[in-house]
Amino acid sequence: MSQLLRVEGISKEFPGVKALDGVNFELDRGEVLALVGENGAGKSTLMKILSGIYSPDAGRIVIEDQEVDVTGPKAAQQLGISIIHQEMNLMPHLTVAQNIFIGREPRTGPWLRDAELNRRTKQLLDDLGVHLLPTQNVGNLTVASQQMVEIAKALSFEHTKILIMDEPTSAISISETQVLFRLIRSLRDRGVGIVYISHRMEELHQIADRVTVLRDGQYVGTRRMDDVTDDEIIAMMVGREISAAYDDRQEVRTGSADVVLSVRGLSTKNLLRDVSFDLHRGEILGFAGLMGAGRTETARAIIGADPMSAGTVTVEGRELHISGPNVAVKHGIGYLPEDRKRHGLMLEQDVTFNVAMASLSANKTPLGFLREGRARRVADSFIKSLRIKTPSNRTNVKTLSGGNQQKVVIAKWLARNCDVLIFDEPTRGIDVGAKEEIYKLIKQLADDGKAVIMISSELPEVLRLSHRIVVMSQGRVTGTLSPDKADQESIMKLATQNIEEVAA
Amino acid sequence: MTTQRTDEDLADAGTQSPPGESVAAAGARTGRFAGLGQGLQQMLAFGTLIALVIIFFIASPNFLTISNLSSILLSTAVIGILAVGTTFVIITGGIDLSLGTAMTLCSVVTGLLLANAGLPLPVGVLGGIAMGALVGLINGFNVAILGLPPFIATLSMMLVAQGLALVLSGVRPIYFNDVPGFSRIALGEIIPKVPNAVLILFLLALVAGIILRKTILGRMTYAIGSNEEATRLSGINTRRWTLAIYTLAGVATGVAGVVLAARLNSAQPQLGVGYELQAIAAVIIGGTSLLGGRGSILGTIIGALIMSVLINGLRILAIQTEWQTVVVGMVVLIAVFADNLRKRRAEGGAHK
Repeated sequence: MSQLLRVEGISKEFPGVKALDGVNFELDRGEVLALVGENGAGKSTLMKILSGIYSPDAGRIVIEDQEVDVTGPKAAQQLGISIIHQEMNLMPHLTVAQNIFIGREPRTGPWLRDAELNRRTKQLLDDLGVHLLPTQNVGNLTVASQQMVEIAKALSFEHTKILIMDEPTSAISISETQVLFRLIRSLRDRGVGIVYISHRMEELHQIADRVTVLRDGQYVGTRRMDDVTDDEIIAMMVGREISAAYDDRQEVRTGSADVVLSVRGLSTKNLLRDVSFDLHRGEILGFAGLMGAGRTETARAIIGADPMSAGTVTVEGRELHISGPNVAVKHGIGYLPEDRKRHGLMLEQDVTFNVAMASLSANKTPLGFLREGRARRVADSFIKSLRIKTPSNRTNVKTLSGGNQQKVVIAKWLARNCDVLIFDEPTRGIDVGAKEEIYKLIKQLADDGKAVIMISSELPEVLRLSHRIVVMSQGRVTGTLSPDKADQESIMKLATQNIEEVAA
Repeated sequence: MTTQRTDEDLADAGTQSPPGESVAAAGARTGRFAGLGQGLQQMLAFGTLIALVIIFFIASPNFLTISNLSSILLSTAVIGILAVGTTFVIITGGIDLSLGTAMTLCSVVTGLLLANAGLPLPVGVLGGIAMGALVGLINGFNVAILGLPPFIATLSMMLVAQGLALVLSGVRPIYFNDVPGFSRIALGEIIPKVPNAVLILFLLALVAGIILRKTILGRMTYAIGSNEEATRLSGINTRRWTLAIYTLAGVATGVAGVVLAARLNSAQPQLGVGYELQAIAAVIIGGTSLLGGRGSILGTIIGALIMSVLINGLRILAIQTEWQTVVVGMVVLIAVFADNLRKRRAEGGAHK
């Protein structure tokens, strides 16, 4: 193998922050290099330097033994570097072909040659073994297929030699991930060098040849994937050992008297069919399944964020008609959404503002004046008890890390004193170290008698925390497992159970 | 972070743009320097205003006279009242294009009640304000309950209100010559040298400021503008609050209608179009973000003052009306550009 890309001593400073400090790595032709590090470790900054969005303060970038200066995204493309960003940059109303060749449409004078465009796209997709029609609208594709389009687009530039992928699997299901991996392997076999950024350990073992670890903007080291264990990588990332405390779940009484939330026959117009389960006091009920299995939809239907077409929700023995989240909150059900930034937080507002959001009615005078002092004291008490790392309760939540933002959302519901907490992907996009704290917190909440629903796509986390695991597939509950009898395989079997024929 | 902010603030001062962001946002962002940031923002806005005053004072001795200042304030009153009301709507991320013609409709209703029906003064005043509240309520209903985009909902209302004002008045001005004391609502001076219209503006601004900063209604205004879905998922009935906010803005529109009628001693059904854009411009110059979530009443008042000082000063310098409009347009452009610039910088460095 020959060397494709070498990065030497790259440093980049922002006002007050040293984002990168002398970072090195090398990428060979036909290699998948995993780049890992906690949030804020400098991965994104490094990628932005390689794609020409930032210019480095110091250091060299060498491509095929030539020192290069990446002056901008266009220059990066010409040097053969393509990046697939975490947020996709596709135009949903255009077709696959139009997206791939945007700005480079084959044309005669001012006239577009659509037939040629579609022919070239088809050839490209066939080459990659991607089964998509060039004329499909991108907006109608699944996230995973959109990712394929992004990859095809990146590779449609003739000289693409280096492909950088920023958390490509964060929004796609396990089976779709396998398709993506096949594509990555075939690219690798063709000599493309791939930098693969991810948080998910199990993926790295599947796909990466080597792993480079960054911490606090500094280069920690590079290991061959075959010679390193997950714990070693995590230790490199966080700079200390993390001991995972397994199996200290408290006993939960599952008598009918302890049922806090009971759902029967819940259905929605589009997806859910006859979803039923009971949630007990002090229980952590895990919800596993593939993307689109209906877990988030179940949560949203329970709290009334989306309408249900059939079924009942019973809280503390009383059957309720929950017409909206405001009614759910009145009955002590809090939902912590999957997409914290879009659905959980006011990013432009401070910690106190966010913590107070769900409990404002308790924090105002009869005339509607806010008790600002009390709200700040409440926020301070949660900053202390949940160990939220923030300079003060007046700090803008946008500046906090993912883990601390999640704690602010948790504090919001604790301030409201909810009995039922529905966590949707509680650790998505959160550092390894902070994950442990969130786990501890969820466990503590259950031990204190709260009833917890935990929706998660990370099976190890479901297996580790749950008292029982509900598995969903295609809008139905396909099984309820106890964690000592469940493992990843048995969950996956239920999660991939095809019930389309039955449904039809 | 703090140093960077200061630079940005100075850059703002350089482009003579008023305070870019609200007290809350400034406070939220700077953490423990909140107090300092907040003071600085407001001082800069005020500084811009003072700078304009000084420039015009040097250019013309007629500018800084008691009677001229009083006329500047009087000309700020109506736009200012509209702007204060619509600040709430804009902070929620909405927009209200019906302000101007709805205000005219309120004037006409007051005219019908007082001049034509001969009802007592308070009935006419409250009737005009109630009309404004009704228009606001309907706007709120269309936006919050029917889910129409604010731009479309209020554009339709703008036309409806204009048509109604013309129909109700028979396309003729209604004069208040036979209504004793009506014009005193705007032109009387409870405080010597200060027209009542100005007093009304400042009292209204004070109340609006308190509502925005200190009450749950204000908190909901910022919350909905920051992230409506997150607000809803926090268990808040966002529809009801949106309805209340538009209604509140409608009340301000009604007050503006009454004040305008009193100032002109007549209800002019042809007037009104264009007022909404001036009010929105004042809000934007005052640093309220059109994207929602950020803004302040103090900024809006300063924005409105900057506009009327500019227009008055240019007029005293005998610059054509048409050119005055061009200048105001450019000021709005600069204000929005400066706001964008700050946002981009805050989000982290471009290629340098």
